[in-house]
Amino acid sequence: MAVNTHVINAVDLLRLTLPEIVVGLAALLTLTLDLVVLKGRAAAVRWKAGALVACAGCAGAILLLVLRPETATLYDGMLVVAPLTQMVEAVLAGFTILAVLLSVDSDFTQHIGEYLALMLFATAGMMVLVSTRNLLVIFASLELLSLSLYILTAFNKRSRLSAEGALKYFLFGGMAAAFFLFGISLLYGLSGSIQMSGVASALETQSLTPLWMVAIVMVVTGLGFKVAAAPFHLWAPDAYQGAPTPSAAMIASSSKIASFFVFATVMVMGLTAGARTWHGPEAAWVPLLAVIAALSMLVGNLAAIAQSSTRRLLAYSAVGHAGYMLLGILANSELGLRALLYYVITYGLATVGAFGVLAALEKEGMDEIDGLAGLSRRAPWLSFCLLIFLLSLAGIPPLSGFFGKFFVFSSALHAGTGLLWLVALAIAMSAVSLYYYLRVLKQVYVRDPGAGAGAIETSLLMRATVGVVALLVVVLGCYPDLLLNWIDAALRAMPH
Amino acid sequence: MLAWTIYISFAGAALLMLTPRASARTARVIALSTAIASFAVTVAAWCRFTPGEILQVARVPWIPSLGIGYHLAADGISLTLLLLTGIVAIAGVLFSWNVEKRPTEFFALYLVLIGAVYGVFLSFDLFLFFVFYELVIIPKYFLIAIWGSTRKEYAAMKLALYSFVGSAMVLIGVIAAYVEAGAKTTDLAALARYPFPLHFEMWVFPLVFLGFAILAGMWPFHTWAPTGHAAAPTAASMLLAGVVMKLGAYGCLRVAMMLFPAGMDAWGFHVLGLGSWRGLFAVLALIGIVYGASVALVQKDFKFVIGYSSVSHMGFVLLGLMTLNLIGLGGAVLQMFSHGIIAGLLFAVVGRMVYDRTHTRMLNELGPMRLARVIPFAAVTFVLASMASIGLPGFSGFVAEFEILIGAWRAFPTLAVLAGVGILIGIAFTWRALDKVFLGEAAVGSQEAVKLPPITWAERAGTSILIATTLAVGLYPRLLLDLILPAFNSPLFEGLRRGLWR
Amino acid sequence: MNGFPWISVLTATPFVGALLVLLTGQNRKTARAVTATVSGIALAIVLGLWHGFNTASGALQFQERHAWIPALSVDYHVAIDGLGLLMLLLSAIVVLMSVAASWSNEDHGRLYFALVLLLETGLFGTFTALNFVHWFFYWELGLIPAFFLIRLWGGPQRARAANQFFVYTMVGSVGLLLAFLAIFLATGKFDFIDLAQMAQSGQLGPAMAQGLHWGHWTSGRIMEWVFWAAFLGFAVKIPIVPFHTWLPSAYAEAPSSTTMLLTGAMSKMGLYGLLRILLPIFPEQMQHSLTLLLWLAVASVVWSAFVAWAQTDLKRIFAYSSINHLGYCVLGVLVAVKWAGGTMAGEKAAALDGALLQIFNHALTAAALFWFMAMLEKRSGGLRGLNDFGGLRKIAPVFCGLMGIAVFSSLGLPGLNGFPGEFLIFKGAFPLATWATSLSVIGLLITAVFLLVILERVFYGPVNERWAVLPDLSTGERWALAPVVALMFVLGFYPQLIVGMVNSTVVQLVSQLRF
Repeated sequence: MAVNTHVINAVDLLRLTLPEIVVGLAALLTLTLDLVVLKGRAAAVRWKAGALVACAGCAGAILLLVLRPETATLYDGMLVVAPLTQMVEAVLAGFTILAVLLSVDSDFTQHIGEYLALMLFATAGMMVLVSTRNLLVIFASLELLSLSLYILTAFNKRSRLSAEGALKYFLFGGMAAAFFLFGISLLYGLSGSIQMSGVASALETQSLTPLWMVAIVMVVTGLGFKVAAAPFHLWAPDAYQGAPTPSAAMIASSSKIASFFVFATVMVMGLTAGARTWHGPEAAWVPLLAVIAALSMLVGNLAAIAQSSTRRLLAYSAVGHAGYMLLGILANSELGLRALLYYVITYGLATVGAFGVLAALEKEGMDEIDGLAGLSRRAPWLSFCLLIFLLSLAGIPPLSGFFGKFFVFSSALHAGTGLLWLVALAIAMSAVSLYYYLRVLKQVYVRDPGAGAGAIETSLLMRATVGVVALLVVVLGCYPDLLLNWIDAALRAMPH
Repeated sequence: MLAWTIYISFAGAALLMLTPRASARTARVIALSTAIASFAVTVAAWCRFTPGEILQVARVPWIPSLGIGYHLAADGISLTLLLLTGIVAIAGVLFSWNVEKRPTEFFALYLVLIGAVYGVFLSFDLFLFFVFYELVIIPKYFLIAIWGSTRKEYAAMKLALYSFVGSAMVLIGVIAAYVEAGAKTTDLAALARYPFPLHFEMWVFPLVFLGFAILAGMWPFHTWAPTGHAAAPTAASMLLAGVVMKLGAYGCLRVAMMLFPAGMDAWGFHVLGLGSWRGLFAVLALIGIVYGASVALVQKDFKFVIGYSSVSHMGFVLLGLMTLNLIGLGGAVLQMFSHGIIAGLLFAVVGRMVYDRTHTRMLNELGPMRLARVIPFAAVTFVLASMASIGLPGFSGFVAEFEILIGAWRAFPTLAVLAGVGILIGIAFTWRALDKVFLGEAAVGSQEAVKLPPITWAERAGTSILIATTLAVGLYPRLLLDLILPAFNSPLFEGLRRGLWR
Repeated sequence: MNGFPWISVLTATPFVGALLVLLTGQNRKTARAVTATVSGIALAIVLGLWHGFNTASGALQFQERHAWIPALSVDYHVAIDGLGLLMLLLSAIVVLMSVAASWSNEDHGRLYFALVLLLETGLFGTFTALNFVHWFFYWELGLIPAFFLIRLWGGPQRARAANQFFVYTMVGSVGLLLAFLAIFLATGKFDFIDLAQMAQSGQLGPAMAQGLHWGHWTSGRIMEWVFWAAFLGFAVKIPIVPFHTWLPSAYAEAPSSTTMLLTGAMSKMGLYGLLRILLPIFPEQMQHSLTLLLWLAVASVVWSAFVAWAQTDLKRIFAYSSINHLGYCVLGVLVAVKWAGGTMAGEKAAALDGALLQIFNHALTAAALFWFMAMLEKRSGGLRGLNDFGGLRKIAPVFCGLMGIAVFSSLGLPGLNGFPGEFLIFKGAFPLATWATSLSVIGLLITAVFLLVILERVFYGPVNERWAVLPDLSTGERWALAPVVALMFVLGFYPQLIVGMVNSTVVQLVSQLRF
């Protein structure tokens, strides 16, 4: 049912925000269950029960989103419910399920209910984040997401690294939020609107004054922090390394998806003059973003070479990938958005998978790359999955990472040959990236395990979760249409 | 039907992966039967093949929204290289009969590699082509890094990175061509028909050609080849020199030259006497021929000799391609086949028969072992392989290099003469290796012959297959030339034929 | 002249034999028997060809021609005329003799015999192929087994000798290859017969100039260079002074049974090339450089005779005497291109007939001499110095008697096979190239001198006590040698046997050489 009005009754509002509400309720339920009912029970039971509720909540939200398509724009875009946002929300909820499943076996905390609830709150924040075109709501939901993630990062109280990472994350995140807030207040001052559409139409009529430029730079800075694009990436390595693995998986995957979606929405719909039609890479922010993208690719990929910790390596590679994904925004076209969505989702899958493998190995204390020596003999299934994830990240066909790159790069070129240099740089850097991914895989497959290192025991759930993700990575690579068709259908229904 | 070559290989690999605890014996039997089965499929298709046709194998939409199709087909050129792949694959398994370390993984990776190679040669869709092309890199890396010798990890990484840099260059070209042609299709035939603007072809052609030529071992991007070949286990060296380097050359022909023939047009100005990409690449190919042979002449490591000889012989392929006349092109494709077989044979002698027994590859250490007496079979094989390698008539190398020289003579007379010099140096280094390794004198004071394990049946079988092939093609080159030459008359090569490069 | 591809079968027979020998396992006796049978079959086929051969015609017979590499318009083209038949016959005989000489040499195992048979394939192929591509294949195929025979079974200096042999012949081959590449690039033809026809009709030179564009070279100059490049290949193989330096050490270091093949058959490949290729395709160039070529021939005859005189190693003596004898053949061939205003065809034919006869006789005699050397070395434990023996006549009379016949045959004694060939050459050559022929007579004299010195030092004189119990020839050896010695007498009295085979071919060749 299509709703588009300023005046709306509470029932409709409830109906349109039901998925977010379900997730929020699930969070509260998890918390209550853990604190009240299961108090004093064994950690394993509490984890399982909590995870069950959390997954049920997310699954319910997904079902609602998928089975009940809605189209509505409330209060000038303060709440936008469209097939596209619904699709992204469903994906985000799905990623949360994965992150929850990865956490079931962990033992880093006794505050199980709180941990899972925070995950769900973060999810709710992301879901709101993607379904609004109001800059202020974006800010608010971004804060909800961020605050949850800060705490999730710090959750391992026994680890100094966890605290350090969280502090860095928090400080940088706070700064970013300030920049973003400053940026949107400038935009509001300049355009008189807090809606993206309002900003866009103001851009159309006004000349691009330096103040506009400052505002754009501020907004880009704020969002750049969220997606960990260089030079705003400094929090990422520490947060990835210090955070409990499921939190890191969430930061690296679903938070990335939501942030990129918002980033693209803001840039394309808010900061492109007359954003009624696709403009290609002619918007004012294109040079700025291009520089950030280039910098991210260079810094991320080159710094990753020097890492000795697997997670820091993944963090820097994430910076590099952020650079590639910015190409999708730079294309500033429907094709670009499609490519970006495909890329970020499959990238999220591969990253969640990689962190899943690391989570399974967490008890062995394997963070150093060298510690993975001979893993293929100790845990063949996990090793094989890790192979798939890392190769997908490196962009080896027929895995989904390759198609993502192909699609993003061709969308960027399709938008205009002006981006050719950036595409060339991106492809060159992905050649570099193979080097460090292979360094990890070399330890896993080539080196022999140290003396006395036996087989690694992992739970069936863990292996199954990682396996399903690996399967998805392969299947989406071989049949990208499975995802593409979904994205296309959602995009076609967009009011562009 | 030909598509089954790919499926069978991958199925064999999957079977091996699913039975990780299978014995080495089971693993190699599975690998051998897989290799034979896919070769049998190829031969069956060859028997029914009419020269000049393009055999459609499979054509289904794959990613319709982007115009990407799963399009497999084969013309005479593909078929020639498919046959090569099949033969080298079988021989490679036979020469890996003694692999005892993690055998299932070894053969699984081996079969993945074979399957991907089949895929490249069968792809008639640019995207699909690239998918298979990149798929080759990873098994190659592991085969060398895990089962190799002498700085294996370094060599494997170097090889993987060179390949990946090459394919990155190709990818830029692929995407650019796809977008330039309207982002509607990646079908090779459709793209070959598309009239790309001249300035576009002018920059995409060299990019894509170079990208592929890196894998074909073109000087000065050849340095991965000798180290990679030397470090790789026998079967991997055989595949690497025998088939994988051909992928590069095949890519040069099938993608760079077929899609962007106008890129070989004159620049309109001259730098150092070179007036076009074509001239530049021909000169690089020639330098590869002479340089590879000269460097092989001073190597101390037996495998490096063969490794550099591959660079030299692949130079002939690239030179043949750049002649742009039918004789040169046909010769280049024939040389791909011929060198694949001969390099396989040489690496089998060096890696399997000699190194696996003596555990040294140093020429000066091998000489005193009097290998000609101890393992005469290896000596005879190496003599035959050397004869084939230096291009004696009667072996496949002769017809191929001869055609290339004739073609080159028509296109670049000076280069043809210099390439002749390269052949002479080739004779010198092959003969030097033969002399040092097999005809050396016993060291003073050690009159007793070294005791080495006897040659196994698998080695004999593999050797016979390869020698029989090179002899068959050498004595009756029409076997393949009748496939190759009509293929150049297909509409795909219209641009080359019409001389768009002039 | 039925359709059966006899020549291909003939060429393939020893090749198949070589494979069979390799497959017979380690047993030397089986290998030996198979080799003997196969080379016997080969001789039988050659004799069969001779039987079916029409000696009255100079045309090519038993022709086979199939398209082989159509892209390069290369045909598989084989046929024989009198010249080819002669060569086949002598190859088959020499190989059989060589096998007999290795019969009881325990060193010569499976691989040795296989290589000999491979060499025979190379010989048969070279003498029948009429297209450069596969002709060159066989030409090289002969080289490689020879290299290994020397390299693996030779004397103490074998490595050096083999390498020298290989490098020299390879350089010659490269010259040949380049020459024919140039011809092919210009004319698109590899077929000897086609090229000869072009040369005869005077089209070859202009076609070369047109097809090659080498600067502003005239057709004459191009043809000159191409001729010398090709000449190099044959000159090394025969050899002609000064391209002969590989020969003495190769002949001396090779096992004697291999030397039989080298001198008896392989040196004839060079002469055959001279007759089949250079003479028909480059007659003008040969004529142009005739004086120089004649000097080279005379040098081969005279100089090598003097050097042979100075040697003390019997094998080296015979090696140099080989150069000397082949020099006569070269002389006989060369005078055929002498400009004589269309006359003197009879003399030219006589000289060529003589050269061919000499080719056959030298093959027989030289092979026999080295066979005797093989027997002597076996008995003496490898010693073969001129002064190491003495008075052998008393100890081993049969050996000395038979070897004496061979020596006299080599010397050119009338009544033995050496005489008619040399006589015909001198008879034909004298009126055509008087000075060269006269000078060559010196060679004849010196040859007589050093051969007589051998007889004196080895057979006569005081008995060297060291060899007091040197065994004489066994019955088997006698029987094996008997046909050879008999053939020497037969040809000495009835040279027409060979002349009749080749005469028509020679007459036709000469008739095509009208300048």
